[in-house]
Amino acid sequence: MAARKPAKDQPASFSWSKENKAWCEEQLKKYPEGREASAVIPFLWQAQKQEGWVSIPAMEAIAKQLAMPHIRVLEVASFYTMFNLAPVGEYFVQLCGTTPCMLRGANDLKKICEKAIGPQNHISENGKLSWLEVECLGACCNAPMVQINDYYYEDLTPEIFEDILGKLSRGEFVEPGVFNAKRHTSDPQGGPTTLLDESLYDGSAAKPIRKLPNSDPAPVK
Amino acid sequence: MDSPMLQDKDRIFTNLYGLHDYRLEAAKQRGAWNATKEMLEMGRDWIIEQTKASGLRGRGGAGFPTGLKWSFMPKEVKDRPHYLIVNADESEPGTCKDREIMRHDPHLLIEGCLVASFAMQAHACYIYIRGEYIFEREQLQRAIDEAYAAKLIGKDNIHGWPFDLYIHHGAGAYICGEETALLESLEGKKGQPRLKPPFPAGAGLYGCPSTVNNVESIAVVPTILRRGADWFRGFGRENNAGTKIFCISGHVNNPCNVEEEMSIPLKDLLEKHAGGVTGGWDNLKAVIPGGSSVRLLPKHICDDVLMDFDALMEHKSGLGTAAVIVMDKSTDIVQAIARISYFYKHESCGQCTPCREGTGWMWRVLERMAKGDSSTEEIDKLLDVAGQIEGHTICALGDAAAWPVQGLIQHFRGEIEERINLYRANKAHVPVMAAE
Repeated sequence: MAARKPAKDQPASFSWSKENKAWCEEQLKKYPEGREASAVIPFLWQAQKQEGWVSIPAMEAIAKQLAMPHIRVLEVASFYTMFNLAPVGEYFVQLCGTTPCMLRGANDLKKICEKAIGPQNHISENGKLSWLEVECLGACCNAPMVQINDYYYEDLTPEIFEDILGKLSRGEFVEPGVFNAKRHTSDPQGGPTTLLDESLYDGSAAKPIRKLPNSDPAPVK
Repeated sequence: MDSPMLQDKDRIFTNLYGLHDYRLEAAKQRGAWNATKEMLEMGRDWIIEQTKASGLRGRGGAGFPTGLKWSFMPKEVKDRPHYLIVNADESEPGTCKDREIMRHDPHLLIEGCLVASFAMQAHACYIYIRGEYIFEREQLQRAIDEAYAAKLIGKDNIHGWPFDLYIHHGAGAYICGEETALLESLEGKKGQPRLKPPFPAGAGLYGCPSTVNNVESIAVVPTILRRGADWFRGFGRENNAGTKIFCISGHVNNPCNVEEEMSIPLKDLLEKHAGGVTGGWDNLKAVIPGGSSVRLLPKHICDDVLMDFDALMEHKSGLGTAAVIVMDKSTDIVQAIARISYFYKHESCGQCTPCREGTGWMWRVLERMAKGDSSTEEIDKLLDVAGQIEGHTICALGDAAAWPVQGLIQHFRGEIEERINLYRANKAHVPVMAAE
């Protein structure tokens, strides 16, 4: 279990931006009446997007909105590790350290983080960066990789990663994606070994199917 | 090396790598949404029977027959609505296949959701996607919006089955991949697994009849119905039918996802698609064949093992999610498994004592063992504790934490002992560690 507690310093209040208020209304339409609590994770997530982290006043506001006891929202916010219970850097680096990434050099990336940012959960002096080692992010064929704010930076080397952190720290934008010119996404580098047959893409698969296989006898209408 | 490779024309995920357009028109050109209405017209019993006949077994790890699972749903809808829930909480270390389906071939999944929901008489389906997959969520939502706009799905759609499809997301909890934890999470609670029975087909989401299926299981169904159950069943050995996306990571020259025939020899899979083991086949130390939860296989088993449910089960391992984690001879095997133990310690939901306490205990002991700071007796103690966790928890996370440790000791006990001896040989006196 990951033991997580809210930060000591909490803001006095929380309120949704106008856009997010409307967003919340839209989200609630996904769930049946009386099941509004289902929206708690999306709401907490949106609050985090708005503020950078999830504060106690934000949890209380969401609890009120969804007619839940405060403690139930705190319970959810502390259970799910993507909720930051304390502020993070403008660019929050989540570094995958689980075995498939470890085998391909995640520990070297950790050293880069320590050098460029400092210890985990520590915000760099200019406020730009902080980092955390997280568990498998599900991009194992492109290991080692990190998530920075919303998106994945994959197939990293220590040199490339150091360069990315340097740019972000200076306020430059870095496009997320795969940092290996020999591949597109999770295809093998040097070119795919499959999906080379061009007839897959010439529209022949869209020709009307006259009769589905095993469709005799057709059901009585 | 002479097994015939699956041909491109028999691959289901033709945009696996995103080299083509993911959007509706291009997806249709590749065969999606072809004859969907005709499938629905054949009726729900036909869909379930064909899915059963195809031999499709769940692609999320447990390998339960998909059609059979669907048949557990009540035959008639009574006072409570039915739900389909798609498990897109892909979090098993080594696994990154559903991600590709959602961002590159989302229409196959959306079509599958409609067909499966119709078969189980569900008018609503939730896709529960892991919180970290933000791009994938956005991409899938774009595809869903297109499907609504084209009236392929929605309350009033061209297929004649009123159907709403919603994306819901998590926020970083491996345990939510367990189906009842996922349901709890979707209801707005902590993701802690439920006791079964009742099973979800009886009382699932909001207490209503529900079925939870993996992304890949749902996404392959329309193609199976278009091409025939016998076509799908023609791949792989008996009881291990079909094609499957394999995720190859770790010490290979070209890590990749690839759709291949079930029962392909492991060695062929690695050599044909992943450029082989780094340093050559003889440099192989071990492979975890089905995601971190299954027992590893030492090289001599890898030499000729087939990649399917039954062959891997014979070696007390498993196909799991078909996430193949390769480790060459440079690997510190104890450290590699210790890191997996840390993962389970981190992800235990804390509900059952054997798992909550045991996962941390195993991790701490393995970290010491990786240095050699242990004793040969403690290896047996570790095995004993792993056995106490296995089978004594509500969900399978306890088993999943125990199996990698058991596999390590089963196959690499000698190496652990050597390390312990070396550690002790370099010291005048080593006090025997009490197990923590």
